[in-house]
Amino acid sequence: MIPELGHFCLAMAVALACAQGVVGIAAPGLRDPRALAATPLLALLHTAAIGLAFLALAWAGVVSDFTVENIADFSSAKTPLLYRITGIWGNHDGSILLWCLILSLCGAAVALGGQRLPASLRARVLGVLGLVSCGFLLFTLMVSDPFTRIWPPPLDGAGMNPILQDPGLAFHPPVLYAGYVGFSVAFAFAIAALIEGRIDAAWGRWVRPWVLLSWCFLTGGITLGSWWSYYTLGWGGYWFWDPVENAALLPWLTGTALLHCAIVVEKRESLKAWTVLLAIATFSLSLSGTFLVRSGILNSVHSFAAAPDQGLFILGLLGLAIGGSLLLFALRAPALAGGGVYAPISRESALILNNIFLCAIAAVVFTGTLYPPFVNLLFGAQLSVGAPFFNQTALPLAAPVILAMGVGPLLPWKRADLYPVLHRLWLAGAVAGLVFILVGATRHFIAALGLAGGAWVVGAALTELAGRAGLWRGRGLVLPPRAAFGAALGHIGFGVSVLGIAAMTLAAQKVVVLKPGQSATLGGYEWTLADLHDAPGPNYAQRVADLTVSEGGRVFLTLHPARRMFPGGVVTNDAAIHTNGWQDLYAVFADERDGGAELRLNRHPGAPEIWFGGLIMALGGLVSLSDRRLRVGAPFRKPLPGGAAA
Amino acid sequence: MSPARRRLLFALPLAAAAAGGAGFYTILRRMGRDDYDPRALPSPLIGKRPPAFSLPGANGQPGFANTDLLALPQPLLVNWFASWCAPCREEAPVLRDLAAAGIPLWGIAYQDQPADLAAFLRQAGDPYARLAADASGLTAINWGVYGVPETYFIDKSGIVRLRHAGALTPEVVRGQIMPLFRRYS
Repeated sequence: MIPELGHFCLAMAVALACAQGVVGIAAPGLRDPRALAATPLLALLHTAAIGLAFLALAWAGVVSDFTVENIADFSSAKTPLLYRITGIWGNHDGSILLWCLILSLCGAAVALGGQRLPASLRARVLGVLGLVSCGFLLFTLMVSDPFTRIWPPPLDGAGMNPILQDPGLAFHPPVLYAGYVGFSVAFAFAIAALIEGRIDAAWGRWVRPWVLLSWCFLTGGITLGSWWSYYTLGWGGYWFWDPVENAALLPWLTGTALLHCAIVVEKRESLKAWTVLLAIATFSLSLSGTFLVRSGILNSVHSFAAAPDQGLFILGLLGLAIGGSLLLFALRAPALAGGGVYAPISRESALILNNIFLCAIAAVVFTGTLYPPFVNLLFGAQLSVGAPFFNQTALPLAAPVILAMGVGPLLPWKRADLYPVLHRLWLAGAVAGLVFILVGATRHFIAALGLAGGAWVVGAALTELAGRAGLWRGRGLVLPPRAAFGAALGHIGFGVSVLGIAAMTLAAQKVVVLKPGQSATLGGYEWTLADLHDAPGPNYAQRVADLTVSEGGRVFLTLHPARRMFPGGVVTNDAAIHTNGWQDLYAVFADERDGGAELRLNRHPGAPEIWFGGLIMALGGLVSLSDRRLRVGAPFRKPLPGGAAA
Repeated sequence: MSPARRRLLFALPLAAAAAGGAGFYTILRRMGRDDYDPRALPSPLIGKRPPAFSLPGANGQPGFANTDLLALPQPLLVNWFASWCAPCREEAPVLRDLAAAGIPLWGIAYQDQPADLAAFLRQAGDPYARLAADASGLTAINWGVYGVPETYFIDKSGIVRLRHAGALTPEVVRGQIMPLFRRYS
């Protein structure tokens, strides 16, 4: 009964989303205050309907209702409660429902939090969100219904993919989706602005918190995903340039560019059409990323069921959303006149440089990801593009970003002089140079370059913050505004990640087969296999290796890498990771044969910094978001020159 | 910039997206008809006969040479495997089912020790009608084997029609191998 109610709520949500879309788009033209007032209400009702549908599916998961196909396929009576709930979004149908839920929550947030927006702009934004939501809800209802019943029901479910049974995966998809879907608000603002034919500083100020919030979520989601793959897959790597990872990286790159150029719109009313295009591109990439990955076109380790018929439906939706918005852009954007002149050396130019390089990296990643299927289509040649391509093309493009992001925040708007800025950065430059010389002396030039780059970014951000706090003026310290503090934190976080990634190039790895009592050396440590034994688990059997690590004869650590054997013959490797904040000792129990254990031993210097950096970046965004300027001080639009109010 | 050029420039994203969309549409249509496989690995052998080789038998079974593949009563599968490879262990049940269904299956053990090979076949079962050993790994290089396990479909005239890299799964057998047997038998 409950799943049928959920199904019904889903159908209601389609109708409400459709109404929200039509009323929202049409309301400003009707000049009827009732239509304008109805749109936020429809958005809230639509959110409530999807929320109820989601709760119904969660209920079916919690009580293990195996008559629901989705639950029977991906859960089982033995699955722990947490995973019975999180398993709902661990599969295709459920994850799309989660996607729709988050999209509707974005609409509700605009309806509730956007009360200072002009009513017509809010109605249009909600209208665009309603139309997008309607399309994807229709998809859920028609071809990927999570409430499908099966008869006769199995006695027990098939159980969830053991790799996914992990707290990291429980929270990675919602955070990542919040990032992906959050950009829908920026997209809706861009479309509403194109319909209105007007973008000004107030628009920039309205759209920025939404961009910032979704950027924080996306950064956090990518960080969580990378960390999850690092510690569960047991491959010892943190980024594989897999199509699914690239699909998350692409909107992050364009979203970061959007975040920066929205500042230019807000402060200087320039780069308007470009900002709109970036908003459209970011959400389009989020959409294509989420959905094309599931169509089976891209060859990925993330195996989603390949279903070309679902793929065609999705492609049609994407065509409507992306094609429609780009058509609107082609028709209306040429009329958006930019204001504000600026010199080649200025904050504006630095931000343009940031945009150019971020978009160049995005273009490279995009090309590399889509090259194999398109070459196959056009020339019938099959090939694969892997990590070597991306490392050699994307990383050199990151170098100018790293250089420029140290200087950019110190440049004033309109016109700047490079010399005094560089003069203020001498300390950061000196530290970076010193790092390069010290590490370069060990002949690891790539690591030296990366570490110096990271030190430069962190140093420059600290210099900027110190300048804001009045450290150089010597007249007592002032607390910098939170926005400046957040921006500096964002840059520091990026620098810390760069430091971690650079240090990881010095990682050492070894594969050994050890019998109990035998030992191997790696990275200056002695790794001894003390014992192999069985251990119980909630719904799996476990074989654990006790591995002691000693330095100079003194044992300082015991690692317990394990092999988990799930019913049905699936075996996962549970990597044992010990971190001291600066480096990870990482051991994987890969196989057992002839009384010996095949172990993969790794020493990963700097690995924790990669994720610390990501978290600091997201935190910086949140700090910036809490700035007073974005919460109070309602921006008012200047009246149009013609006198007509917007 | 003249207004006309500005308009043209602003239509570029739409044109690019339209081209991409058309490409994806074609790919999805062809995937629906099963004549496009995004996961396939290329093989220079497709449409050709395997290069000359002659391998000794292993585990008491007769070996074979490229000349044995020239005139066959029916198509067969050549399966490259090794006792030390984990996916080979995984695909063993699929191979057993194939052999039980009467599909001729010839095996080549890649860089294997006779004792390890015998132990592996005792454990996982021996589905092979003929079993050769490529101890040096040179024949594998000539075939362009990417890694074990790999399976080649060879038609009655000895021409390679399909190469599957990685463990065989029931889906691959159903979706790719059985249709070939129907077409070439």
